[in-house]
Amino acid sequence: MPSSSTAPDSMEPEVVVTEEDLATTDEILKQHQYDRSEMIAILLGVQDALGYLPVPVLKHLAERLEVSPISLFGIVTFYTSFRLNPPGRHKCTVCMGTACHVRGAVNVLKEFERRLDISAGSTTPDRHFQLETVNCVGACAIGPLVIVDDEYHGNITPIKIPRLLRRLERDKAEDVT
Amino acid sequence: MTGKIRSVSELHEFQASLKEELQGDRTVITLCAGPGCAASGADNVAKAFRKHIEEMGLTDQVTFKCTGCHGFCALAPVVAIDPAGYCYEGVKQADVKDILERTIIGGEVIEKLLYVDPETGEPVLYEKDIPFYKHQDRILLAENRQIDPDRLEDFLAIDGYSALAKVLDEMSSEDVIQAILDSGLRGRGGAGFPTGLKWQIAHQQTAEPKYIVCNADEGDPGAFMDRGIIEGNPHRVIEGMCIGARAIGANQGFVYVRYEYPIAVQRINQAVDQAREAGLLGENILGSDFSFDLKVVMGAGAFVCGEETALIASLEGKKGEPVQRPPFPVESGYRGKPTVINNVESWTCVPHVIGKGAEWFSSIGSEGSKGTKIFSLVGKVKNTGLVEVPMGTTIRKIVYDIGGGVPNGKSFKAIQTGGPAGGCLPEDLIDLPIDFEALTKAGTIMGSGGLIVMDESTCMVDVARYFTRFLEEESCGKCYSCRKGTQRMRELLDDICEGKGTLDHLDLLEELGETVNNASMCGLGQNAANPVLSTLRYFRHEYEAHITEHRCSAGVCAALIRYFIQEELCDGCHACSKVCPVEAISGEKDLEHEIDPDVCITCGSCIEVCPTDAIIIVSGSGEEA
Amino acid sequence: MKLISLNINGLPVEVEEGTTLLEAARAYGVNIPTLCHDDGLSSYGACRLCVVEIGPPGKSKMVSSCTYRCEDGLEVRTHSAKIMKTRAMMLELLVSSSPQSKTIQDLASAHGMTKQRFRPEHEDCILCGLCIRMCAEQMMSSAIGFVGRGPNRRITTAFDEVSEVCRRCGGCMYICPVCMSRCHGPDEEATLCNACLNFSPSCVAVYDDVQCWMPPECGTCVRPEGDYLPATGRLATEES
Repeated sequence: MPSSSTAPDSMEPEVVVTEEDLATTDEILKQHQYDRSEMIAILLGVQDALGYLPVPVLKHLAERLEVSPISLFGIVTFYTSFRLNPPGRHKCTVCMGTACHVRGAVNVLKEFERRLDISAGSTTPDRHFQLETVNCVGACAIGPLVIVDDEYHGNITPIKIPRLLRRLERDKAEDVT
Repeated sequence: MTGKIRSVSELHEFQASLKEELQGDRTVITLCAGPGCAASGADNVAKAFRKHIEEMGLTDQVTFKCTGCHGFCALAPVVAIDPAGYCYEGVKQADVKDILERTIIGGEVIEKLLYVDPETGEPVLYEKDIPFYKHQDRILLAENRQIDPDRLEDFLAIDGYSALAKVLDEMSSEDVIQAILDSGLRGRGGAGFPTGLKWQIAHQQTAEPKYIVCNADEGDPGAFMDRGIIEGNPHRVIEGMCIGARAIGANQGFVYVRYEYPIAVQRINQAVDQAREAGLLGENILGSDFSFDLKVVMGAGAFVCGEETALIASLEGKKGEPVQRPPFPVESGYRGKPTVINNVESWTCVPHVIGKGAEWFSSIGSEGSKGTKIFSLVGKVKNTGLVEVPMGTTIRKIVYDIGGGVPNGKSFKAIQTGGPAGGCLPEDLIDLPIDFEALTKAGTIMGSGGLIVMDESTCMVDVARYFTRFLEEESCGKCYSCRKGTQRMRELLDDICEGKGTLDHLDLLEELGETVNNASMCGLGQNAANPVLSTLRYFRHEYEAHITEHRCSAGVCAALIRYFIQEELCDGCHACSKVCPVEAISGEKDLEHEIDPDVCITCGSCIEVCPTDAIIIVSGSGEEA
Repeated sequence: MKLISLNINGLPVEVEEGTTLLEAARAYGVNIPTLCHDDGLSSYGACRLCVVEIGPPGKSKMVSSCTYRCEDGLEVRTHSAKIMKTRAMMLELLVSSSPQSKTIQDLASAHGMTKQRFRPEHEDCILCGLCIRMCAEQMMSSAIGFVGRGPNRRITTAFDEVSEVCRRCGGCMYICPVCMSRCHGPDEEATLCNACLNFSPSCVAVYDDVQCWMPPECGTCVRPEGDYLPATGRLATEES
């Protein structure tokens, strides 16, 4: 993971892309035979490896694949799974599917937003929490559903949120280092 | 796996030996590890089973397997014990040892783990007698319970790939297409286009190469049928695609799965590898002259990619923006070549049609819609889960006989079909048979099969706003009518939900809705106003109540409701004020409390904790919502 | 080249295979308004103003004429009541969000619009994509493009940075239907200008599913004798 050289509470941390990151990207390109039609898979692969898609890496990709940078920018901003900013340490995803909605997902999301003081789709300034929404993950039977770091939590109501968050705050001290 | 299967007769021999090996007289414990069960702790239950079976030395008598979704998610995690046919629900890690000791060794039934029929209050011993299962006709889903999706052997033991063998052995392309035409199979992805006809057109195309695609970009919120199949029975999808490829003359296929389903992605990838290793994909399948391979492609989070032209753009590594049809993909699709796109459920039907015959398939269902259909029954219904019934089954049967009706003593208000671009049907239409024609006539669509039940605490204006916002965000933004139209519809609905609406809003909504549906290019835009138009058609009174009385009878629209503590019921226990996240509740201990409506954020926490049910939601001129 | 026979507003027409409905209609003198089409650029189908009805009345559907290719035997209506209603609503949406475009104001007037009912916005760009196609197809530059989706869709340079490939040719501004042709009429409060409202009722306002080969705004069949369409009735924007 690229580390930031600026203070941790800075809103727009400087993006540092290392040689290593570019090498990783090249490796992924090679796996896909530099095939432009595999663009989505390549981008998902790079994001998996680096945690997000830094702009310098995207420029590098555009050059290697011989596509115009603007069309690549268009693709990464079209699909919701791609992110151009570093992710938070803990990802909380609130399912906003219909089944969850009719069972009160809106209140769950509002409570997350209120407690973390960020809106959905963003990361807390200290990058400890990242709040996302998803339109249905197919676990409708146990809605409202929240996915915390890939772990499903069913039947969530606003009351249960403080405890969820407290558990995730334990490793906060490690962030500073 | 024993390497490549080189001929049809080798396949049949192998199937026979597997049947012997896997079935025999062993006790089979099946744990559902579908999404609902997995989220309810099935993983830990599975670990416990494996550990205890080992420790208790039962490995010789007992086969334990984790399968895909059985369908009855409301009871998660579910365990079935065969050949006895018992079904245990809500199984916890701590129950595992008990099950093994008492049921498996002792032959005794553990009553507390049985499903209790709410009608009779009696525990139900056998899975087949549970009303949820009893009223269904499970053809596609039944297989989920029989196989461990990680093992090709399990699938072969239920005669998997026999339909493909039959096609390779004794059927021509024309025979296969004729069988699919005769079966009356229509696309399960939403539009209901006859599958055989699509294949016939593709077969007639002269351009080469041809491609086939499985659309597993199940984006409808509240629908997880395709996920259930891919995770539970991936080889059935592959078999169906092989048959389709053989029929139209394709040698390359794609499975397009959304990335939000990581387990489905992993399962289908693994199944493709297994099939390739066994000679069921690749060059000269089962020793024939037919070669076909599959590639799994992940979507990256765009609902509109379920539209076939957008899906093709995405397969080609571009933005998923739909383009004008014609030309249809079946003439000019992936890389400009003939491409047949069918959805997961359609592909899954294919081997059954070939294996059991077109006549058998067409004997199920209604006049214009044949076969069974899987629905995901969710929302305000007791028995949430995956349901498979013949086309033409009434909503009543699905919601009440199978779904067990609306929970918590509330009453049924509406059912939403067809995903976000579908529509809501009111209680008067509860006896409507669900098939393509009937739903279209009622102003909604079949869609991929999501059924969302709504009760009196669901606000129809809010539901319309929810879907409109969903479509606004998922619109690709190309057509002005769709992008701007959904935004403007949502703004009008916002106004109404906030009590700022006028009756003119309703006429404008209707006029705008028609334009959005008429003027937009793809299926998303052409159905984008359905939620608004169908709720206006059937629930106009609710809109009017929001506008003229500022009343949200369901108690949902935050601007129109207030939380209120009934003095006579409040015993001043402080439970509510402790959980209130914004300190809106005041009152001394043991004296009645009061909620400050200006501070209250209507999160519902207080209602959840109040031991005396003293807190109610009021709306309009003060009546309880 | 194969010839395709179809029927536009009741008039049998023949065009070369591959011709779009818009090209065919214009070749036969039927004006269809557009905002995102230019003869020198590829068709895109974003503004939806050029929608026409295809198929027999009652079983028809609407398609954008700039992207739909002519088919043998197709029955096309370019100015039926249904179409005019749809176009009027599209214009109401356009004028409520981008009122400062003279092109849009003129079209709104041409369709007899005297009020708009949405919350006024001042968005300028209607995302018709003409500039993007101009840049890519005529200037071979691809400096700008669509990014984002749905409500977040916008036109920008790669990664929102100053473009290395832009040659500052101004082609994008030249072709823009909004920013180069400013209307000085409307202010922040009023989104409709109407100063140039100069359109008299035409036959399409009287008859549903009109099947007339005359330019649809002609109206001679329903107008009292001697009452001709004023010279100003034909709109420059519809000609272009």
